Amino acid sequence: MARATSKNARIGWTVAAWFVALLIFFPILYTIITSLKTEQEAIAGFNLIPSFTLESYQTVQSQNNYWRPFTNSVILAVGSTLLALVVAIPAAWAMAFSPTKRTKDILMWMLSTKMMPAVAVLVPIYLIFLRTGLMDTRIGLTILLMLINLPIVVWMLYTYFREIPGEILEAARMDGASLRDEILYVLTPMAVPGIASTLLLNIILAWNEAFWTIQLTTTNAAPLSAFIASFSSPQGLFWAKLSAASTMAIAPILILGWFSQKQLVRGLTFGAVK
Amino acid sequence: MATRQTQGLARLMRAPAIILLFLWMIVPLGMTLYYSFLNYNLLNPGMTSWAGWFNYQYFYSDPAFFAAIWNTLVLVLGVLAITVIGGIAIAMLIDKPIWGQGIVRILVISPFFVMPPVAALIWKNMIMHPSYGVLADIARFFGASPVDWFAQYPLTSIILIVAWQWLPFATLILLTALQSLDTEQMEAAEMDGAPAHARFLYLVLPHMARAITVVILIQTIFLLGIYAEILVTTNGGPGFASTNLTFLIYRAARLNFDIGGAAAGGIIAVILANLVAIFLMRAVGRNLD
Repeated sequence: MARATSKNARIGWTVAAWFVALLIFFPILYTIITSLKTEQEAIAGFNLIPSFTLESYQTVQSQNNYWRPFTNSVILAVGSTLLALVVAIPAAWAMAFSPTKRTKDILMWMLSTKMMPAVAVLVPIYLIFLRTGLMDTRIGLTILLMLINLPIVVWMLYTYFREIPGEILEAARMDGASLRDEILYVLTPMAVPGIASTLLLNIILAWNEAFWTIQLTTTNAAPLSAFIASFSSPQGLFWAKLSAASTMAIAPILILGWFSQKQLVRGLTFGAVK
Repeated sequence: MATRQTQGLARLMRAPAIILLFLWMIVPLGMTLYYSFLNYNLLNPGMTSWAGWFNYQYFYSDPAFFAAIWNTLVLVLGVLAITVIGGIAIAMLIDKPIWGQGIVRILVISPFFVMPPVAALIWKNMIMHPSYGVLADIARFFGASPVDWFAQYPLTSIILIVAWQWLPFATLILLTALQSLDTEQMEAAEMDGAPAHARFLYLVLPHMARAITVVILIQTIFLLGIYAEILVTTNGGPGFASTNLTFLIYRAARLNFDIGGAAAGGIIAVILANLVAIFLMRAVGRNLD
């Protein structure tokens, strides 16, 4: 804000904002702190200073075979997002650069598929997975997550592609560029940032998906969301170990998320708020 | 640019996405509709028969159904109230000239990236646990007896957890809208002697109206489908005290193996979601032109 603010007011607002921010962040912070405690410390009452032991991390990895769900999460999130991009980039490209009268209707219809509650198709998807042998397989879940996020991917790419000015293509053509040159040297460099943002947001969404992953996996293909959900009873995992497993499950996506705040607004509101 | 050749190519490029989404929408939904008219239980698949409207009548006459509809409403409205009001307040706070705004933003947005089962388990064990949770520690510090959150206030506890997850989303979107507010207008209003509450009511709030609408509609879509948070904390109980429509259908399908009943519930969920969706499509569609 351009207005001059007195130093006292600024200090006041800063203290208030930091207090609220730390309050909101506290559950995550306390989980990270608890993951560095011993089990005895973890249940010994409120304490912000752990003994900085990595014991729980080691136990979670050796006892609970943490790397399998972790690998599954990576494969599912990245795989479904890449698959979605392969299908969505040409579609969004066509809709942005040679729109027809029906393009808007098609986009709205795609958005409407996202409104379908997952639980409404639980029965058929569950039965299909059961009968085709896709149950608890990475390939089945990858395809499913791809379909779930496809509308968002198409939409995000469309809003980015639409911002590439058409005149630049005409200019390239006037200079004698071929279609191949156009795509390779003019459009692609301008499209890459949009594609990267879309990739990032969708990896986050796929990583955190927790309805289908719980319904359609048991052990083989279970990603972290299903793995952590299986520890809903505390006898399975004690406080420090639960914290260690949780910290490892959210850390990669928390860091990715911090980098993609701006795209988050745009992607999740389907371009309605920028 | 729109020569016949490029149009043909464009159609070819659009086709895979459209066909895939069309199949994804029409096949499972058609199957759900079909199953909803069958007597079909996975424990007894040989006895499958045509049921007519029986599954709908059964679902409708089940007292758990009304409990679930009520809980769904309370859950959605409770979370919306907390996140929208809290989101406006926090967005305005972050928008003030403060030191470390970037870090404050990062801290506030973080819960949104925590996957639902982890968020629920953190709150269940670290925060709300009646013996080892932080809230119990605080209660004991003040000499009060700790609250057994999930036994005494199951639905409220879930509302708090879900609100914590969605507060960042509301804050971030409202902050984005707030930052596009014309500062000159605000300064003019201030110079003309408009008091702070008048500036908020007549300048800030109307400017954010569209963003608030978008927040409400998008959150509603996601909040109607809350599942993992219930599964790992209360499992829908005690009784049906924290069962929403999604969880009720999940129980029918996966715990009672009642394919017909779950399908009928699914169709009811589709109708509910569509009522919300119609409004959302209008709000978003306006932005396309």
